[in-house]
Amino acid sequence: MSIDNLSLLLPEIALLTLACATLMVDIFSNDPKHGPGYWLAQLTLLVTAVLVLVTYTGDSQYAMAGMFVSDAMSGLLKFAICIISLFALFYSREYLLRHDIIKGEYFVLGLFAVLGMLVMVSANNLLTVYLGLELLSLSLYAMVAIHRDSSSASEAAIKYFVLGAIASGMLLYGISILYGVTGSLELGAVAQVLEGQSDYPTLAIFGLVFVLIGVAFKLGAVPFHMWLPDVYQGAPTAVTLFIGSAPKLAAFAMAIRLLVDGLGPLLPDWQQMLMILAVLSMATGNLIAIAQTNIKRMLAYSTIAHIGFLLLGLVAGNAGGYAGAMFYVITYALMSMGGFAMIILLGRKGAEADQLDDFSGLAERSPWLAFLMLILMFSMAGIPPFLGFWAKWFVLREVIQAGFVWIALLAVAFAIVGAFYYLRVVKLMYFDEPREPDEPQCSTPLRTVLSVNGLSLLLLGLSPGLLMSLCMAAFSP
Amino acid sequence: MLSNYLPILIFLIIGLLMGVVMLALGFILSPRRPDAEKQSPYECGFEAFEDARMQFDVRYYLVAILFIIFDLEIAFLFPWGVVLDQIGWAGFWAMMVFLGLLTVGFVYEWKKGALEWE
Amino acid sequence: MLTLSHFLILAAVLFCISIAGIFINRKNVLLLLMCIELMLLAVNINFVAFSHFLGDIHGQVFVFFILTVAAAESAIGLAILVVLFRNRDTINVEDLDSMKG
Repeated sequence: MSIDNLSLLLPEIALLTLACATLMVDIFSNDPKHGPGYWLAQLTLLVTAVLVLVTYTGDSQYAMAGMFVSDAMSGLLKFAICIISLFALFYSREYLLRHDIIKGEYFVLGLFAVLGMLVMVSANNLLTVYLGLELLSLSLYAMVAIHRDSSSASEAAIKYFVLGAIASGMLLYGISILYGVTGSLELGAVAQVLEGQSDYPTLAIFGLVFVLIGVAFKLGAVPFHMWLPDVYQGAPTAVTLFIGSAPKLAAFAMAIRLLVDGLGPLLPDWQQMLMILAVLSMATGNLIAIAQTNIKRMLAYSTIAHIGFLLLGLVAGNAGGYAGAMFYVITYALMSMGGFAMIILLGRKGAEADQLDDFSGLAERSPWLAFLMLILMFSMAGIPPFLGFWAKWFVLREVIQAGFVWIALLAVAFAIVGAFYYLRVVKLMYFDEPREPDEPQCSTPLRTVLSVNGLSLLLLGLSPGLLMSLCMAAFSP
Repeated sequence: MLSNYLPILIFLIIGLLMGVVMLALGFILSPRRPDAEKQSPYECGFEAFEDARMQFDVRYYLVAILFIIFDLEIAFLFPWGVVLDQIGWAGFWAMMVFLGLLTVGFVYEWKKGALEWE
Repeated sequence: MLTLSHFLILAAVLFCISIAGIFINRKNVLLLLMCIELMLLAVNINFVAFSHFLGDIHGQVFVFFILTVAAAESAIGLAILVVLFRNRDTINVEDLDSMKG
């Protein structure tokens, strides 16, 4: 037995060690606000992010007998995951303190979820993909149920758990078939075996279908999206924010690892299936979102629509398309985080601000917050010059270049439909009467971080070339 | 192209049929002539003392949950023990790391009071 | 003589029963947990059969990991179930409908 290239795993090892330390520190400290645990968790994420940068080389290197890969894509995604989770934990703490449900376990579970994401991003073996995915999912199930006295949270948790477990089961069944067909669990070897056969066995397609269903479930693509609205609505907003941000990056990485690295030779097959999923997701997400009055649920359906767009990038089936999808998913994580953070900010103890009406007249109560929300909504709708516009533009460009013009036209049509419900929020904020006159209360750090979050969409949108070239570099051979 | 998916369709149909048929068979084939005696709960010839669906103490679930985890994680120890002479020190320390992680979990549940019955 | 396809068919049948069980069952969440467990075990049969007939040990290693992850999964499932029961006094699947839209 050999353990080779262990230094590539340095970020993961540090994260695991420090996460255990966080658990121990938190359990032995008596701070009612769980300050030590929280700060150690944030330090952990910072250290991990720095280690990701330090170990980054840009070319593909393998460790643990090929179970683990570190390449340009994993570097960028891991860094993004750490930074986004850093923000997410900050917002979460504000929420948990405000609603008096703070527990140290929340931060530890968050760290383990991040560890699962990093493993998924770096997986080069079907086993590693599965283990990373389960570590992430199990942590998220527990986080959704963290507010033990909330009836809706426990309902959301059980729904998330059951449907998530079905998804894992489907994925596993597909993996077992692929293993049987190719005789290998390593993604590269799976691709090689499939490449060699001009007429690959039907069984391989069979496996592919189940793997794809599993991936679609985890991403929340129609028709496997049933869990998403209920979980987003029922979970405490802090957890919704967490689920809606970094895990999407990991799910994207899983899709790339499985479909491109492992099942690349079956591209014509999964391209067709993804096309259907993408169009259905964009249609369902955008249309149903219009009818929502609960903003968390509205954002859930908007997530489904965004996932459809993200899948379009994969449909393009080339490096440019994958880079576009990656740009899209990072943008989405930033936007969704900002949106849920705004809901957290407007809420008070015992009362979540999760109805659309809670936003009416926000411009009168606090012009700055309304402006930030305006940036977020415009960016989600894809209005220039915000980052969300460039994300849509990047994906559409690649899709058109790959020759799927009609799909690009459909996507634009649905994006215009989608703009309606984002702009409705803006209209509520600027043209309706406020239900209560006073300015929303929030701490200065929360306001500052949310401002950074919102303005980043504007600033990155003004110079999209930087992030775009990073994403392109991640997929250039 | 599409014909490739035929086996999957067949698989789904057979799967669905299998589930439905098994349930349906039970309904159709089983004779149903209930009377009061047949429907009364049976307990070794006695009249039943109490409802069979008694509620367990929630603490019982806690112990059961903790048991499942520690019980099954130990499954790794057996294959490890069998091949220990082949995997060398790297294998040894890998297991020590694993056991260390289990210990962290154990310390956590101890400190949380999950092991106290009262 | 047992061939690979016998095992694959067994696994497929078990897998279908578990899926049907999840979607037909409207009564008890605990049954859902059992079906999920059955699903994972069906996959395990697949892995062990392939592993044996391919003469490759990796499939059996995978089974070990699935077993332990399944244990962790059912532990979390049970814990969530207890929380749900405390809040709702019911674990009936049909009662899980407080969110609509």
